[in-house]
This record gives sequence, structure tokens and C-alpha cells, in this order.
Amino acid sequence: MSTAAESRATEPRPVLRVESLFATIAGQQVVEDVSFTVPATGITALLGRNGVGKTSTIKAIIGLIDRTGTVELDGVRIEKEATFKIIRSGVGYVPEDREVFSKLTVAENLRLAERDAAPRRQLVEELFPDLLARSAQMAGTLSGGQQQMVSLARALLNTNKILLVDEPTKGLAPKIVGEVAETLAEAAKTVPILLVEQNLHVVRQLAEGAVVLSGGRVVHTGPALEFLDDAGLIQRHLGVSTDAAHSGNPAEKGAAL
Amino acid sequence: MTTDTDTSSTDGTASQDRPAADGGRRHRKHDAHGAPGSAPRPGRPGITGRRLAAWAAGTAGVLLLVLLPLLNISLPGVLPGPSYTPGSLQLLAMCMLMAAAALTYHLLLGVAGLLSFGHALYFGAGVYGLAIILQNLDIPLLPAMGLTLLIVIVLAHVVGSISLRVSGIPFAMVTLAFAQAGSVIVGRNPEGKTGGDEGLTLRTDNLPDVLVGVVNTRNLYWLALAVLVAVFLIVTWVQSSRAGHAAAAVRENELRVRVLGLQPYLVKLLIFVVSAVLVCIIGMAFLLLQSGAVPRAVSSDLTVTLLVMVVLGGVGSRWGAVIGGVFYTILDQRLTTLANSEAVKSLPDVLRVPLSEPLFILGTLFILVVIFLPGGITGTAERLAQRRNRGQRSATHDARTPGDLLEDAA
Amino acid sequence: MSTLVLLLFTGLGLGALYFLVAAGLSLIYGLMGVLNFAHGAFLTLGAFTGWEIARRTGSDNWGTFLLSLVIGAAAGAAFAAFTEFVLIRRLYQRHIEQVLVTVGLSLAAVALFDGIWGTDPVYIQGPAWFKDTTEILGARIPNDRFVCIVAAVLVLLALVFFLQKTRYGMIIRAGVENRSMVTALGIDVRKAFTLVFTIGGAAAGLGGVLASHYFGYVSPMLGGSLLIFAFIVTVIGGLGSLTGAAIAAVAVAVLQQFANFYLGGTGDFVVVLALALVLLFRPTGLLGRTA
Repeated sequence: MSTAAESRATEPRPVLRVESLFATIAGQQVVEDVSFTVPATGITALLGRNGVGKTSTIKAIIGLIDRTGTVELDGVRIEKEATFKIIRSGVGYVPEDREVFSKLTVAENLRLAERDAAPRRQLVEELFPDLLARSAQMAGTLSGGQQQMVSLARALLNTNKILLVDEPTKGLAPKIVGEVAETLAEAAKTVPILLVEQNLHVVRQLAEGAVVLSGGRVVHTGPALEFLDDAGLIQRHLGVSTDAAHSGNPAEKGAAL
Repeated sequence: MTTDTDTSSTDGTASQDRPAADGGRRHRKHDAHGAPGSAPRPGRPGITGRRLAAWAAGTAGVLLLVLLPLLNISLPGVLPGPSYTPGSLQLLAMCMLMAAAALTYHLLLGVAGLLSFGHALYFGAGVYGLAIILQNLDIPLLPAMGLTLLIVIVLAHVVGSISLRVSGIPFAMVTLAFAQAGSVIVGRNPEGKTGGDEGLTLRTDNLPDVLVGVVNTRNLYWLALAVLVAVFLIVTWVQSSRAGHAAAAVRENELRVRVLGLQPYLVKLLIFVVSAVLVCIIGMAFLLLQSGAVPRAVSSDLTVTLLVMVVLGGVGSRWGAVIGGVFYTILDQRLTTLANSEAVKSLPDVLRVPLSEPLFILGTLFILVVIFLPGGITGTAERLAQRRNRGQRSATHDARTPGDLLEDAA
Repeated sequence: MSTLVLLLFTGLGLGALYFLVAAGLSLIYGLMGVLNFAHGAFLTLGAFTGWEIARRTGSDNWGTFLLSLVIGAAAGAAFAAFTEFVLIRRLYQRHIEQVLVTVGLSLAAVALFDGIWGTDPVYIQGPAWFKDTTEILGARIPNDRFVCIVAAVLVLLALVFFLQKTRYGMIIRAGVENRSMVTALGIDVRKAFTLVFTIGGAAAGLGGVLASHYFGYVSPMLGGSLLIFAFIVTVIGGLGSLTGAAIAAVAVAVLQQFANFYLGGTGDFVVVLALALVLLFRPTGLLGRTA
């Protein structure tokens, strides 16, 4: 994490650099020649319509799907590594649809995620008091919002170089969306985040940079607010009316198809 | 989403296989590349030329096989005697029937992606069905065959429609269970009809004379050859028909096919029943050739043997199935002779024991092929050919591994 | 009444054997997606090893019997670990090839057993108590049935304990549900794979020794015939579910015994019919994961 002076003096190395990333699922090309960087601080949003390849890009970065190209984490090339090694080198992954283990308890879900010798249990307990109370509950019986908290807690237990967070507010009630956004903002103070989000209000609230995908390719990069303020760009790349981008209603996820 | 799935799978199947061997057929079958053998399509001049050459070679090959019993060709180490002797003809006929059976398994596995462990049930039903009918009913051969065929069609339909409720690995287990039930029924010898462990001798009273007796091994050889050619043609026809394309598409991506409004279940069931019927016919020919039914004909070992043949030859390729079938049968025979030879019997135990078991060698060979040469014989040959023709754009795909070909539904 | 009790206990004894084989199969499939066709070979090796031990040490007392159990389980475990490490591991993610390799292995292994021990069944003697019977509710139950039942229950408890109370058990439970997410948490599932194979092999080896006493003989075909029933049990119980395998094993075996007795030897047939019914109405099995 560089100070303002340092960042002015030298361009700090991006924590994540992706170059010419191609990925396929069952023979179908889902990510085509994607290149972008994620700075070492703050939240970068990965935007695009449904089905455009955002989740696939995230999965390709950590090797959950077949990919070719260059992926560099904190200066180290990781594209040839197995998923578990990539994660161990400091990646926290919060998947779309949460993917908690329903037949394990909350406590077991968290214990499973502990990688470091000294996991940050206290931090997690402070951030997620509700989960602490539900330690012995089967994760499958939790509500969507609670499961999302488990998923986030899993990533925050360890010291990571970056968090990859995929649509954390999907399907959640407005109040919970706010809580999730707050948690992310808190987390972003200590670790950079690459955030896939459809909810543009949350993006506006949290993100500094934006990378926009369309048809499996990168079509725009730049400061998030700049992008969100440009109605034409929003319409073209996200197919969403400007009202959605500007609306103060956090439940408005935009008419993303 | 813009690529046409059907065309790409057709390219895969049609171009990977050489086309049907019989150039003497009067009717040209219609396949995805349009009228074959006609004026070259624009952009693809080499293909029809190659295909004509392949057909010519195939026809020549069939012709040679037809004439073989009349020739005096010796292949020491492969054939037990010159090619006109009954022993050699019997072996060759067995090779051809096994190759045909492997072809029917290719239809299941290579085209439709169905890993069945119960295929022997229908082979055995053909063998035992015909034997029992001939034994107990006084009807001539052809009606008996027709009746057997009818029974197997119903059987395949019932078993297939239940088994196809699941797919992938569970499907494999279920087909195995059903075949095992059949095997058990045969073994229990209900009312003495199946002969139990001893098997059932073929009752020859109602058979045409030309098919009975060692002196007529030649005719049985020709029958086996006819069965092989017929099965090859039928499999080719099914593969390039709409049902075949649909099955290949289902194999590649079932969800996509469902979205297109097709019914994966029905397509798979169709292929299942067709391959069962074909292997039943082969079973009936087998009965005639062997003059008897044996429990092995309905055992899961036999299905595994077919699987091994298809994988050895190269999954997804008709010629792979044929080559695999022939190769395995000959190898099995040779290894059995080797196992009983003096040379092996005099080896120290640690070498003698493995070498005296042909299945040990075949099983190990199979493992090695799966790990190191997943494309089988034809796949490896293609890769070597491509390496030699480096730079020339080949219309064939890279050698496919069984895993490439089959989407694991688990 | 006494017939019923006899049939029940015979079924429970057989069910115990089915469970020991099916438990490993179910976990291996649930975690790895591999249909282990060679599982029967693990059982057969365990059975033959146990027999060899018994033969050399005098098989008619409890000490040697227990020793043969331990060694048989160890042999099964070793064979399984070898299989996973040498053959399965290098085909990571290629499920069909993994199945094919286990098919080849089962062919080769059975042939090797034929070569070493011959194809004829070999008769085995256990402690004299096995041949005695105990009377329960008027039925005379051969004692070896009890041994099988007790052994299977102990194994079930041990497995449940392992799955619920250890880290690797937790990894396996999570992996059966969602393997890719486990790797996405930074866990190397391959170690769990070897572990699951080894456990399955140990259970199968143990089952092999018990089976040799239950049926009274050992032969290279022993594993294969039990394997098919284990497959049926695994599918009916639900792939990946340990409790499903336990329930299905008992149900299938008891059904088989009753059908054999009351319906004239059609036990095998009835079991397949049951499989068909389960598939028609509940394709994922009784307790299988629905995905």
C-alpha cells in the first residue's frame, strides 16, 4: 500500500495484471483476448452485461476453467499454476452464488477456509457478529444474505494480496446490499478488490476504477465515476438506461439482460 | 453461439473416418458434405478425391477378403494355417464378427457418448435367443432370427428407457446391473433351457445345409464378412443421418441441444436400440459360427472386451473400431498360444505367471494405451501422419482422447 | 418366524459386505467422479492376502483371524493407494480415462490373481466358532454373520467419526459437495483423493477377508461378483452418500435373501428390478446429491 507521495513518484506495480487472456468452457470461447490491470489499492469494478464473461474472467484468473494468456499476481506469473496454489499465494475468492458448503456448519465453512498459520479470526468475528452466533448452524439453512457473509468472511480470514469478488449483492434485499457494500469498503482499506457487480449504485459507491467487458473482450477501462457518468457508454456497453446508473435506489440493478 | 454445432460435429465424425468401403453400392448415401463423389465442391477439391481413393481402397480390401478362402495365403504367427483352411477361416470370421461388434459399440460410445457396460446383454440375447428358439421350436432359420430380433428390440427398448434416466457414470453402472441380471438368468439354467455353465449346442435340424459343418466354414466366413460390411454401412448411415448428428451434438453439449428443441433422451434411446439390434444380429451369426452358445456371450467381460477394442482402435472412429476388433482378437489368440508354449512354461515364476495370462498383458496394454496413447491406434497413426505432413492443412481433427469425446455428465 | 429371523440376519451379514465395498465406491465417486471398476480387485487381494496369512499361521483361532483382517485391509489399502498414485492421478480431471484405466486394471489384476492362485475356489477355515450357530428367536444363525455385521458397523462408525471430526474428513465432505470450491479455498484436493482411495481400498480389503469367511471360499472372481452388487447399492443409496450406501446395502441384501427364499431363487433379478424402480422414480438415489 503506497502513500500518496510514493504513488506520485513511481507508478506502483498493479497487484494483478492480465494479458491476452483466452478461456474456453466445453469448447466454447467465453473470454477473448482480455487484458487489464488492477491497481494495488482500492476497488476496481469489472462490468458488463449478463453472460459477457465476467465470471469466466475471474474463474480464468484463478484457473478454474481452461485458459491461455498471462496472469501476473504482484509481479509473479501464475497462469501455469494449479488453482489451489494460486489461492495460497494470496488470492481471496468470493464466488458468484456464494457456494458455501451446505452440509457443513458455519464454523466448519470458516475453518475450512483458514490457510494462514494465524487466521484473522478476531477480525472476522468483529465484522460478522451474526455469524459468530450461528456457528453451529448448517450453512445450507442460512438465508442468502447470511451465506454471502460466510463467503466474504472466508476470504477475509486470510491475508490476501487481492480479493476477487463476484456479484456479492446478487439476489439480496436492499438492507443486506448496504451491509455487504459496507463490509467491502472496510475490507478495501487493507486489500485491493476486483469486484464484479451488476448493481451500478454499489459500483458508484465503492469503485475507483472500472474495466468493462462486452462479448468476452475488454471495451473500456478508466475511472469508475467517469464511466458511470457517461450515459452513452453505459447504454452501449451495459444496455442500461442512465436512470439506473444514477438512481439512488440500491435495489435497482439495472435492466441488465 | 454463432457456430453451427451440427456442422462441426459432422466434420469431426465424417472427416476422421474414411468413408464406407463398399464402392459397389448402387445408392450413394446422403451425408453432410453433400453428394459425395460428384463434382468437387468449391473450396474443398482434395476431399472428394481422397474419399474416392478411400472408397476404392475399401472396395479392393473387401474384394480381397471375399477371395481369401480361395487363396493360399499364409501369415505365420498370425494365422494358424494357410488362408483356405477351416482353422484360419474360423479365426478370420471371428475377427470380423468382433470387429462388427466393436462397430456397434462405437455407435454407442463414440457417436452417442453412452458408456454402456451392458452391451453384451443384447449380443447374448441374440446368441441364446436364437439357440433356444431353434432348440424348442420347429421353425426355419429366418423366422427364428426374426423372432429373436423382435424380442431383442423390445428388451433394448425397456432396458434402454430405464437406463437412460441417468447418464454418465450412473448410466454405466445401471447398464452393468441389467446385463448382470441377464448373465445370472443364463447361468441359473431355468428349466434347463440355457444349459448353464455348459452352454447350449446349436440344433442344426432346421438350418440350411450350407451353414452346417466344418466343410462349410467358408460359407460361415462369407456370412461373417457380409455381416461386417452390412454393419459398417449401417453404422455409417446412422452416423451421418439426422439422428446421428443429433446424438453427436447431444454428446458434445446436451444443454445446447435441449435449447434447440430436440429431445436428447429419444435420440439416445434410438441409438441405444439400433446398436443393440445390430449386435444381436452379430450374436446370431456368432452362434452359427461357433455352433453353440456359451455363457461368456452374455457376460460383462464381453462388454469390457468391446470397450477395450474400441479404445485400442481409437474412440470416435469407425475404422478404429474395426482395427481394434481385429487386433484384439488376433492378439488374444496369439497370446493364448504363447501362454501355453514351452518357452513360457520354462520361465521363472515371476515372469511366467504374468505371461501365461493373456488378459494380464491385454489389460496392461490397455492401461498404457489409455494413459500414453489416448487416441488409440488410429489416433496415433493420424498424429504421425500429421507430423509428416507438417504444414499441409489436414482436414482431420487432432487425435481425440476418449475424454475429449465424452462429456462427463457426473 | 425363525425363517424370517434367519433370512434377516443372513441379509444383514451380506449387507455388511455390500456396505464395505459400496462405502469406498460411493466416496470415491462422490469426491472424485471416478467409477472405480478395480474396486473388486482390492477386495479380492484383501481376501487372498488374508487367506495366505491364515494358511501360514493356522487359521482356526481368533488371533490369526484378526491378523488376517488387519493384513487384508492393509493389502487393499496399499493396492488402492498405488492405483490412485500411479494411474489415476496422472489423469486428473479426465474422468472417462480414469474409468477406462480402472477397467484395464481390473482385467489385469484378475488375470494376475488367476495366474498366482489359480482359477478354482480355495476353501478357507476360520475360528471354529464361526461354524457354530447362535439361537435367536428360534432361528439358528451362523456366527460368521455376526462378525460381518459387527465389523461393518464398526467401520461405519469409524468413517462417520473421521468425516465429522477431522480436517480431512471435512475436506472430503466439502469436496463431495463442491470440489472446485474446495480448490478455490486453497486446498490441494489431490491429497484427499489418495486418502479416499486408500480408505475405500482398506474397507474393500476388509470386506474381502470377511467375504471369504461368509461364503467359505476365495477365488479371483470374488471381487467381481460382489462389485456389481456394490454398484447397485451405490446407485440406489445415492452416489457420494455414506449413509445412503449403508441403508441401501441392508435393504438390497435383505431383499435379495427374501426373494431368493420366497420367490424361488430370483434374488438377483429382484434386486435389479428394485434398481430399475429407483431409477424410474428417484434417479439420484435415496440420499444422493441432486446435481
